[in-house]
Amino acid sequence: MIITVHKPDEEIGQMTEGLGKLFLVGCGTCATECKTGGEEEVKAAKAKLEQMGKKVTGYVIVESVCDQRLTRLDLKKNRAAVDAADGILVLSCGTATQTVADQSKKITVPGCNTQFIGTVERIGRYFERCRACGECVLFETGGICPIARCGKGLLNGPCGGQAKGKCEVGGWKNDCAWVLIYNNLRDSGRLDLFKKYRPPKDYSQMAAAREVIFR
Amino acid sequence: MREAFSELARAIQTGNFVYTGEIEPLKTTSLEETLATAKILKGHVIAANVTDNPTAFAYMNALIPSYVIQKEVGLEAVYQVTVRDRNRLAITADLLAASALGIKNVLALSGDHTTVGDDPRTKPVYDLDSTALVELLRKMVDEGTDLKGNKIANPPKFNIGVAGNPNADPIEPEILKIERKIKLGADFIQTQAVYDPELAKRFVKEVSHLNVPVLVGMAPFKSTGMMEWMVKYVPGILVPEEIQNRLRVAKEKGGKEAFLSENVEIFGELIKQIRKSTSIQGIHIMTIGFEWVVPKIIERSKQ
Repeated sequence: MIITVHKPDEEIGQMTEGLGKLFLVGCGTCATECKTGGEEEVKAAKAKLEQMGKKVTGYVIVESVCDQRLTRLDLKKNRAAVDAADGILVLSCGTATQTVADQSKKITVPGCNTQFIGTVERIGRYFERCRACGECVLFETGGICPIARCGKGLLNGPCGGQAKGKCEVGGWKNDCAWVLIYNNLRDSGRLDLFKKYRPPKDYSQMAAAREVIFR
Repeated sequence: MREAFSELARAIQTGNFVYTGEIEPLKTTSLEETLATAKILKGHVIAANVTDNPTAFAYMNALIPSYVIQKEVGLEAVYQVTVRDRNRLAITADLLAASALGIKNVLALSGDHTTVGDDPRTKPVYDLDSTALVELLRKMVDEGTDLKGNKIANPPKFNIGVAGNPNADPIEPEILKIERKIKLGADFIQTQAVYDPELAKRFVKEVSHLNVPVLVGMAPFKSTGMMEWMVKYVPGILVPEEIQNRLRVAKEKGGKEAFLSENVEIFGELIKQIRKSTSIQGIHIMTIGFEWVVPKIIERSKQ
């Protein structure tokens, strides 16, 4: 799940200055789970924008905005309202905003900040779990990712910044990922994996503008 | 231990009990205080660590002070290198320069996270971790290459230190991590500050099978403020109530002077006790800003 939060109204106000008519796009997948771009939130944004004196020409909740095909289809279905707008406000992740910008060729305004790839404990509680490093080490780290969950992304932790299993990053509130990894591997009788030296990662796997193309 | 290149490593190998000190290059362009500190420590410690942006505060680069104290004062440096601020390229480059300047000891560290530093907005690097830094150092020295295997002309000769935390809770992953570093080729351990002789004893016992020299860390208190701060904000370090109380009482009764002489008593005694009950090779004393206390503590520990 891509976890998002709303941008402050003030920032949205600044970005939409001079855009009198707006079309809104929400997302039926991650942003709905995050309560940032579901039907309810899109309607609330519409009311807020109208209060600010703007005209909302229409809105759509695309099943998954990041899928270009679905977004293209939904924008087509709403062509009149999209064409009538000066810009589009997207209440979803950064990938969604770029997909809308690319498909619509309109001025596109991000309504959210994209936080991380995370897990949903329940609505309102989201936790980072993956940094998309391109070289998954979860087998040897007891299913706990040190890249996403260790403050330093260390491969051979823990470091001196842990105390009683807590991490110095964030003021000793979060668990030390490496103590969690240790506990897990100890309990499953796999400490050999803990003891092993993991050499530095190949960060070229994380270089920007990554692609997966198999057809 | 492998071949000794430094005076520190040679002394340890000979079986001498060694003392090391610590120098913090501050946020300044002046080397005056660094040199003054080195002069105070000279003759009392065999080498002094020079810190690398400690607690993620941007200070003068550690390499230049390391070089200057060796050249001007004749005090050997333990050049501290953290992996927080530089990627493997920058670290390799600095290590080549360090060797050119005659540095013989390197302490490989992770480094406190940038979020606890004096500009928390800073992007941390951590391209390597402290374990991988040991691997890099070993490759430079033993194979004459960088981490990737690219050849170095005139490879450096370093003795490699790593940190250990006797206060770690839980302690097991800390010990396993140290074991991993020693297997990769670290020559000695300098520990974080320890105040409880039992914790020092436990640590030394836990790493004894690695047959690696241990220098136990001592950090006397410069003021009650520093002590209260340590107790409150550094949960990784355990200061027994008894020590806290003795120092508080001393301060109340006799002010600053009594507080400092109580430090000499406490830490001199602590060293004596740890020396008696363990087989450590030395003591690493961290006294930023009141180095004059180091000779007194050492002297007291011998009584």
